[in-house]
Amino acid sequence: MATQSLMRRLPPVSVVIASLVLAIMLILVIFAPLIAPMDPRDVASYSLMDMEIPPVFMEGGDSRFLLGTDNQGRDLVSVILFGLRISVVIGLGAVVFAAMLGVVLGLIAGFFGGMVDGIVMRVADIFVSFPTILVALLISGIARAQLSADAMLAWAPLVLIFSIAINEWVQYARTVRASTMVEIARDYVRAAKVIGLPSPRIMARHILPNIMSSVMVIATINLAGAILTEATLSFLGAGMPPTYPSLGTLIRIGNQFLFSGLWWIAVMPATVLVILVLAVNVIGDYLRDHFNPKLMAT
Amino acid sequence: MIRLLSVRLLQAILVMVAVTAIAFVMFRFVGDPVASMVREGATQAEKDAVRVALGLDKPVLAQFVNFLGQVVTGDLGTSYRYQQPVTSLLLSRLPATLELVIVATVLALSLGIPLGVLCALKPHAFFSRLTQSATLVGISMPTFVTGLLLILIFAVNLRWLPSSGRGDLVDIGLWQTGFLSLSGLKSLILPSITLALFQLTLIMRLVRSEMIDVLSSDYIRFAFARGLPRTYIYGQLALRNALMPVVTVTGLQIGQLIAFAIVTETVFQWPGMGLLFTNAVGYPDVPVLAAYLLFVGFLFVMINMIVDILYTFIDPRLRTR
Amino acid sequence: MKTSIKTLLAGLALLTPLSAPAFAETLRWASSGDVISYDPNAQVDSFTQSVHHMVFDPLVRRNKDLKLEPALATSWEVIEPKRWRFKLRQGVKFHEGQPFNADDVVATIQRQIDPGARNRENLSTVVGVEKVDDYTVDLILRGPYPLLLNDLAAIYIMSKPWMEEHDALKPGNASTGVVTYASNHANGTGAFKLKSYEPDSRSVFEVNKEWWDKPQHNLDEVEFRPIASDATRVAALMSGEVDMIAPVPLQDIDRIAATDGLKVVENPSLRTIFFVFSYRPELHATPGQPNPLRDVRVRQALWQAIDTNTIQKRLMRGKSRTAGMLVAPAVTGYDEDIDVPLPYDVAKAKALLAEAGYPDGFKTGLACPNDRYIADEQICLAVASMWAQIGVQANVSVESKTTYFPRTDKGEFDIYLLGWASLPPMDGFSPLQALLATNDGTFGGSNADGLSNPEIDKLAYAASTELDEAKRIEDLKQAFRITHDEVLYLPLHQQPVAWAMSSKVDMPQFPDEYVRPWFAQIRK
Repeated sequence: MATQSLMRRLPPVSVVIASLVLAIMLILVIFAPLIAPMDPRDVASYSLMDMEIPPVFMEGGDSRFLLGTDNQGRDLVSVILFGLRISVVIGLGAVVFAAMLGVVLGLIAGFFGGMVDGIVMRVADIFVSFPTILVALLISGIARAQLSADAMLAWAPLVLIFSIAINEWVQYARTVRASTMVEIARDYVRAAKVIGLPSPRIMARHILPNIMSSVMVIATINLAGAILTEATLSFLGAGMPPTYPSLGTLIRIGNQFLFSGLWWIAVMPATVLVILVLAVNVIGDYLRDHFNPKLMAT
Repeated sequence: MIRLLSVRLLQAILVMVAVTAIAFVMFRFVGDPVASMVREGATQAEKDAVRVALGLDKPVLAQFVNFLGQVVTGDLGTSYRYQQPVTSLLLSRLPATLELVIVATVLALSLGIPLGVLCALKPHAFFSRLTQSATLVGISMPTFVTGLLLILIFAVNLRWLPSSGRGDLVDIGLWQTGFLSLSGLKSLILPSITLALFQLTLIMRLVRSEMIDVLSSDYIRFAFARGLPRTYIYGQLALRNALMPVVTVTGLQIGQLIAFAIVTETVFQWPGMGLLFTNAVGYPDVPVLAAYLLFVGFLFVMINMIVDILYTFIDPRLRTR
Repeated sequence: MKTSIKTLLAGLALLTPLSAPAFAETLRWASSGDVISYDPNAQVDSFTQSVHHMVFDPLVRRNKDLKLEPALATSWEVIEPKRWRFKLRQGVKFHEGQPFNADDVVATIQRQIDPGARNRENLSTVVGVEKVDDYTVDLILRGPYPLLLNDLAAIYIMSKPWMEEHDALKPGNASTGVVTYASNHANGTGAFKLKSYEPDSRSVFEVNKEWWDKPQHNLDEVEFRPIASDATRVAALMSGEVDMIAPVPLQDIDRIAATDGLKVVENPSLRTIFFVFSYRPELHATPGQPNPLRDVRVRQALWQAIDTNTIQKRLMRGKSRTAGMLVAPAVTGYDEDIDVPLPYDVAKAKALLAEAGYPDGFKTGLACPNDRYIADEQICLAVASMWAQIGVQANVSVESKTTYFPRTDKGEFDIYLLGWASLPPMDGFSPLQALLATNDGTFGGSNADGLSNPEIDKLAYAASTELDEAKRIEDLKQAFRITHDEVLYLPLHQQPVAWAMSSKVDMPQFPDEYVRPWFAQIRK
């Protein structure tokens, strides 16, 4: 009875719409350089003469700039497309990195048990001792102080992926460890061990496939969180640099103009960000209820 | 039992040592405070003198040993920026953050639990669906966007509430409270709503799923079969059981809230520990950063340990582990 | 439980009335930064020093025209080049009642030149102080020094008995871990008393009814709040939570000015914004190749390729003052004949580059902070796209001041943006000594990129001891003339200082960006 009501709770219509929105966004992200009217990273492609033009539908709009321009004369459609691209890449990157790290460590801990298990899980305890946002702030702060500004430009996305993922792997590791311990007690794994198959092979061939569905569900739910964390870091000024902005950076820049009547500089990227995260959340919610109602997003 | 407790305690100490090491390593590399500490046009000799005075010219290991010694004696150094002992600085900001977190938690619980129950009892009602969708939007909005929206609407346009700060404070001993003045209470409203929103969503969803689980369990069905009154079943039997995990999660979330307060405090210029931290990052005020990290680490370790120990009391199966 | 209720009741009993006290006039203002400490010797922050001036008086101070005038000293004379004698004002009292006399000056100066004082370089030429009688003191100098009065205008006099009582005779210093009572308490002779101080939150001042000077304000109380975020600060003004904000972001000026009941006051400030060139043998952008910036024609070309007009009109919204030299008009050593920017001329710039052997331009780094100067990051991006027109390919890097300024010290940039206000002395000697003179350990403290011009060095050392003011000013001007002709630095503009306030507030504005509430009037 409970499962039925859960499944019926989210009308599939919303999930379909969310998937559609997400698909469109992914296409936009992949083809951003082809679609965007200009490349916001090329300083020669924009001019101060075009700064702070409102969106087309407002008085004073310019047909060249559908959503208006920012305080440097950059076309908002283009910066948002490129910003969306960065936000998605960092979000996906962080989730993939965290999942890989978590799955490998979880497998090892669960498979070998004993000392190995103890060490891995205590390390995990240390990492969950700190909120993601705090750790990420610190790591990106160190990176910015240690790398030259040029190097930071190139490395910023990787630094962000690393600093977000470093805290998120624990959840995967714990789930995978628990499932591995269940699987390892089963006859087929025991049999594989008896006939002397190498451990990595047993883990990859026999255990991994059985735990992938939980990992996928956690990953989807965490994707929304990772994108939000990146946006928050960038908003606090510890994320992507303004010359290579993500959606969060754009909102931070726009925030300075929020009360100056230039609302579109902040509101446009913020809307796109909320739509993106909402779409991911709708899908994640559905997946969780559908596959694994017991998983909690804590 | 004693063995288990001592193992947990030992683990907690180990974790704290690791945290101290991380705090130290991180902060030696966050940036160079010397440039913020000398006047415009300072000579190289002046800059070097400051560097020597701060001990930044010594080898990293020597600096770490020095730092460890300080931490053990409870002396976390002097803030570069505020010229005050870091410990008293952090303590003076504690009331602001705690009041914010407490109000946010109360808000989240007092709204989250009824809404969660409602959504569990009447999952198909229009109101339940609306609440469900609203919470999805809620967790999809970054905290800073919510905060800015609230400022824009209630402070700038409607002018009902202040946009920043804590208002007038009243001293009760060492504790400065905003609860006892009108402007203090008004100042609390927007930041606490912003901070509560995320937790509210979490609690609501948790209560809902726990309630659904409990309601489908055998003893509730049995109670219905016996013809016990509905209010008694829902209120006394079901809710009480569904609330157990909520209490745990809320406890664990308080640490998370203090961290999340960093963003809220920055948006609302709320003079708590989070704002202290973001201001310290920009300086960089290394002793403050290190102390904050240690404080949050300590808080988390304590909360985790207490929750673990409580579990072993509640659930006898864990005692034999 | 019972005890906690008791404490609560005790707290309630002490509680001041919930409604605002019945003060006639309170000025509530907000700025982007907070006071770092109330210890005058524990920091070097010019904003903090400006707030201190409300509470403390110096021996000499700046008047409404920023000219020096007597304050706690009524007169002075140079007895010999190394000994200055000051006559002190009589009948002055500190806020807590202690009478002011020569002992306070001696204790203050000793505290100021203590090796542990963070700002001791602000009075670096003074080596000693002697009490002559109760109202006369002598300052002993290292050598002849023309700028002593300018320096003294930023030295705030503290009370000796008060410091003794609170064990604060030695200055607080974060780097050595010394914390004193004076860090968060203040007892001066100034126009306002510090009533309460909550770091990062607010400082409240009340009028000093026994001030020795005739007040030119009508305030009873001043409340200062630091609000770092531009948008939040503007919101606080718009919602009526504060009466004044300083600074106001440029993009909000027009809207605030058009709002009923609010007004904006703006002027060019002293802070000149300019580009610094690397004079090292190679640029970081092109290792292994000779540095093109060492050729004066290349530097001229870069200047002529900048459309200063567009930057002034668009980026700075018409509020900045385009500059041709490193100091603003109010600073000693300024000369309007030197203050002439090279004209914007792309063709000429290209020709100069070709002449220097770079017909197709070259590659360079261009660095900017993004949280220090007005529109700093935008300026860099705009200049990069202007330089692209003459083939110079500038890789822009932008970062926070926290990491930016350490890098400027280490010479990690090819070309970078810098601002210089020549404060506190308000004298051209400040950039001459720190930026233009060769970095030899004494001079050239902010010249980390190998600039060295023997003629300028000679002028700098001559000016440092020249007591004949006319000759000294000529030395300064000569150095600035060379700087201009050789394009040693590339000046852009003086950035504006803009404040927004309720139209009931009259607050005079100064190019040194000090807020001086002792000149403020609030109309009913």
